[in-house]
Amino acid sequence: MVLDNIEKLLEKYENGETSLKEEQQLKNYFTQETVAPHLEMYKPMFMYFLVNKQEQFTKDVPLKTKTIFNYKWISVAAVAVLMLGFYFGTSLGNSDLGTYEDPQLAFNEFSKSMEMISSKFNKGASTVGYLNEVNKGTSTLGYLNEVENTTSIIFKRN
Amino acid sequence: MTQTEFLNIVMPFKDKVFRLAKRLLVSREEAEDATQEVLLKLWKNKTKIAEYKNVEAFSMTMTKNYCFDRLKSKQSKNLKIVHSNYEEKNTPLQKQVELNDSVSWVAKIIEDIPEQQKMIIQLRDIEDYDFEEIAKMLDMNNTAVRVALSRARKTIREKLTNTHSYGVR
Repeated sequence: MVLDNIEKLLEKYENGETSLKEEQQLKNYFTQETVAPHLEMYKPMFMYFLVNKQEQFTKDVPLKTKTIFNYKWISVAAVAVLMLGFYFGTSLGNSDLGTYEDPQLAFNEFSKSMEMISSKFNKGASTVGYLNEVNKGTSTLGYLNEVENTTSIIFKRN
Repeated sequence: MTQTEFLNIVMPFKDKVFRLAKRLLVSREEAEDATQEVLLKLWKNKTKIAEYKNVEAFSMTMTKNYCFDRLKSKQSKNLKIVHSNYEEKNTPLQKQVELNDSVSWVAKIIEDIPEQQKMIIQLRDIEDYDFEEIAKMLDMNNTAVRVALSRARKTIREKLTNTHSYGVR
């Protein structure tokens, strides 16, 4: 009965006419412990199918998400930097150095700084004194006029 | 499409892709590379995935084509020779010693049948696809699939009967 059915199914199976359901029946039959002796040779085949179905792909697949760099963010960043520049540029720009309340103190401070300026100025002016030497040099050049006089006498120009 | 969405689509059939690749390329490493390649190709074209009617069938066809390309190139022919003496590893059924031998014998028989029949056996008897799906994947018609399947099954049975009755190993 059962065996008869199996044999029929096997024949259909070999002709490629079995449905998936019928094939499942065959698989179930041949994967059990005891099989009719004359059908023994089918057992390894169905066993093999069953075993092979369990094999798995275990390797990792490196899925890289390509992040396309968006250039419009650069302009956004540039605008942000500019805005910050303007903001801090105006707020840090006031050069208020403070003032003195007491006039006497202010005068003292003023004259102190003026003294410093004049001392530095004198130092600079003293080096300028060497320019007098240049004047000396030019005055000696006056002798050249004498040379001219004598030549005019020689050639009787006048 | 995010990675998780993609994985949700791919997960159910990635093992099937791998097993088909292994059926054709024999070597496990080659099959792993092929599977990786197929999945990466899918990932690259992920924007088009929604347009595919059947991503699974599409991937199987891609796998088939990729494996054929590999088989055609000389490089993989060398590999095939190296791995022709492969053995099924990590199968829980290996405990049954007397079965183990004949099960690996089945592997050898299937290795010897023509590529097309190999694929059909793989898709039908191991992965349980119906004939329409197989026909679509392999770009054949229904009857051709049936005929090839019948031939393959008969060959396997004959060889098994021989080994069984004569003990030819």
